[in-house]
Amino acid sequence: MTTLTDPPQESFRLSMLLNDTRYRSYTFQFLALIALFAAFGYLGANLVQNLRAAGLNISFEFLSEPAGYDINQRLIEYDSQRSHWRASVVGILNTLLVAFLACVTATVLGVIAGVLRLSNNWLVRKLMSVYVEAFRNVPVLIWIIIIFTIMTAVLPSPRAFRGDDPAARMLFDMFAFTNRGVYVPAPSFSSGIFGTAADWLIILASLVASFFIARWNVHRADQIQEATGQRPVTVWANLAIWFGPLIVLCWMMGLTWEYPELGGFNFSGGWTIRGSLIALWFALAIYTGAFIAENVRAGIQAISKGQTAAAASLGLRPGRIMNLVILPQALRVIIPPLISQYLNITKNSSLAIAVGYMDITGTLGGITLNQTGRAIECVLLLMLFYLTISLSISAVMNIYNNAVKLKER
Amino acid sequence: MSDTSSQRIEPFVRTDMLPEQAPPATQSGLIKWSRDNLFSSTSNSVLTVLSIVAIYYIAVSSAPWLFNGIWNASSIRECREILDGAVGGCFAVLTERWNQLLFGFTYPDEQYWRPTLAFVLLLVAAAPVMFFKYLPSRLLAFTAVYPFLAYWLIWGGPILSPIFALLGFVAGYLVWNQLVNRSFAMGFFGAIVAAFATWVIGGAITGAVAPEQTLLSAVPSRDMGGFMLNLILGTVCVSLSLPLGIALALGRQSDMPIIKWICVVFIEFVRGVPLITLLFVASVVLAYFFPPEASIDLILRVIIMITMFSSAYIAEVIRGALAALPRGQYEAADSLGLDYPQAMRLIILPQALKISIPGIVNVAVGLFKDTTLVSVISMFDLVGMIRGPILASTEWNGVYWELFGFAALLFFVVCYGISQYSQWLERELATDHR
Repeated sequence: MTTLTDPPQESFRLSMLLNDTRYRSYTFQFLALIALFAAFGYLGANLVQNLRAAGLNISFEFLSEPAGYDINQRLIEYDSQRSHWRASVVGILNTLLVAFLACVTATVLGVIAGVLRLSNNWLVRKLMSVYVEAFRNVPVLIWIIIIFTIMTAVLPSPRAFRGDDPAARMLFDMFAFTNRGVYVPAPSFSSGIFGTAADWLIILASLVASFFIARWNVHRADQIQEATGQRPVTVWANLAIWFGPLIVLCWMMGLTWEYPELGGFNFSGGWTIRGSLIALWFALAIYTGAFIAENVRAGIQAISKGQTAAAASLGLRPGRIMNLVILPQALRVIIPPLISQYLNITKNSSLAIAVGYMDITGTLGGITLNQTGRAIECVLLLMLFYLTISLSISAVMNIYNNAVKLKER
Repeated sequence: MSDTSSQRIEPFVRTDMLPEQAPPATQSGLIKWSRDNLFSSTSNSVLTVLSIVAIYYIAVSSAPWLFNGIWNASSIRECREILDGAVGGCFAVLTERWNQLLFGFTYPDEQYWRPTLAFVLLLVAAAPVMFFKYLPSRLLAFTAVYPFLAYWLIWGGPILSPIFALLGFVAGYLVWNQLVNRSFAMGFFGAIVAAFATWVIGGAITGAVAPEQTLLSAVPSRDMGGFMLNLILGTVCVSLSLPLGIALALGRQSDMPIIKWICVVFIEFVRGVPLITLLFVASVVLAYFFPPEASIDLILRVIIMITMFSSAYIAEVIRGALAALPRGQYEAADSLGLDYPQAMRLIILPQALKISIPGIVNVAVGLFKDTTLVSVISMFDLVGMIRGPILASTEWNGVYWELFGFAALLFFVVCYGISQYSQWLERELATDHR
């Protein structure tokens, strides 16, 4: 009889750090760590030496100093006496504004183009692939500049709207397209309840409430359908839920529209949308729309034909097949790349600096950097901002991915 | 019996086949095709009519501009005089500023043949890699020499420096070949030591014999511009970021936590910030991190940052491919007794790189388009040339569409060509039988 015993425990020898795979990884990691520290130390030492030579230091005090420059497109109050920090906040809001507008528009364009690329109409199919290929293969910077050129060099100047027989006219007497920007009517409340900002919040709150009530309404219809087989009509009730409170609120607070009017050398009144914002918005939307179209097409094509056939054999109409069977499955494929396209839009919105739109890159990374000479601090803050946005969007994406993951076994 | 009944009626029996008849006119040819593909339903017909109207308007508005174009004039005023009120493009700007658009405005005139030759040779060097199945592999030797040749052609200067740079790689390769069978680490570090030794010796020799007159006159980096700059940045950064990206991807998949986290932080950081901020780093910040006596020119700093940028994206593509390989491949490599470098080199990476080709090409095309961003940090690439010296000049102030249309067309041709090639390559490499 032999008894199996464990092999004798080897004592640790120094050569095992190189020859034994169990310990070799420690050696490698130790070396990598040393190399990393050495690299950072070298760069840091250079930085300190260079800063001392230039008589500079690292400090963020410049953020509280007066900025001294104007920003013509802004969402919050700002003038040139406000601090650099305030200018950066204006820039952040401008970045978020253009990113939001471009995301919405790009999604609409992309979904339409993606669905039309699968149309059984040959001409439409070909037109859509021309759109996708033309916009995907040309740098977005060139599109931004082209649209910016249309906005500034092709549109008439405000002077053209003057006189008895003007060369240019306002659209419906409400919209003026000029080379200084697009002027649109601005809503305001003549008998507001709490003040401008609070009034808008009330409108927003009523919209959110409408959303939940409408969802409850649809849910109720679903339950009735499951119980009785008959689906009550929800359209009219939903329309009332969405628009009823809105109309009542607007009437109560006295909604009036302020129209842009030609006065002096320029239009006044209403809201001004600068050409740079429009250029950035549309260029990003059309460019990213082409990518989204490809994602949508791939998502729909990823659903096997059997799903359509099975749904059809259950007697569903084509519209319901799309809504109830194909889209819910296709969305699982479409949404992750869609969100990374949103991320791309946010990052590409930094190209604003090429057309002078004052987003965060234009304020903090542009004029503030040039005026204060605080390159390291400005670029660091700029990167932190974009990193925060990117990481939070990918966190949201991970949550979503886990929620819609196919639950298998 | 009546005689009518006695009359024998010949029964009609057809003995020969009728010839096939053509389908009805509405069921064949163009009519059937357009019925199926253009007018199959009401909504389809509406879409078709709308598309035709759109195409008609685009054609009507752009045709006179294209075909009435002026190709020979010295300024936009002369163009307008020749056109005399008619609609037409002023393409003369392209012919007159052709060299500036391609090479920038400070590259010496009489040296234009050098980048042109480098570009033609790029195609020659790329061919054996792109069509490796159809061209003899001997030609790859030229591909290996090409980077040094191209550097010498474009930048000029003493021929010894690119030669010694090449010799360094050759020495590294020879040492690697000798040692890799004993151990990967020995081969790897031996190759690095050999290469550096050659470079140090070569640098000393080059410095010692620096000739007064070089065969090709040296052109400083700041004179590079135009589409040439886009091509240089695109090709250099993509080729440099491939090995870096592979290393980062392997690092991110590694079991060693410290190495893994270094790679994760680098990749996520670079992917989280826009390229513009990295270019700002290159133009205003990076100089602080180098020793004061080292003056690294802007183009090199930009190459460093763009390479970092694209290597992070390529690393993610390759990581996806590594994750997509079945676990069986890793386990099979282990059970054959291969160590990590062997398993990666012989089993995993060949398959992973193959399935990541479309993704890598996507990154490469995106990167090539992004090279236009250097115009923001006042480098004169194609877009920078157009917005800067050309549109600002008194002769051509206002010729927007011709110039930007040309730039868009140039990028479209290159990017569309690359993506078509990648689709062809994918079909070529497909080994599955789906």
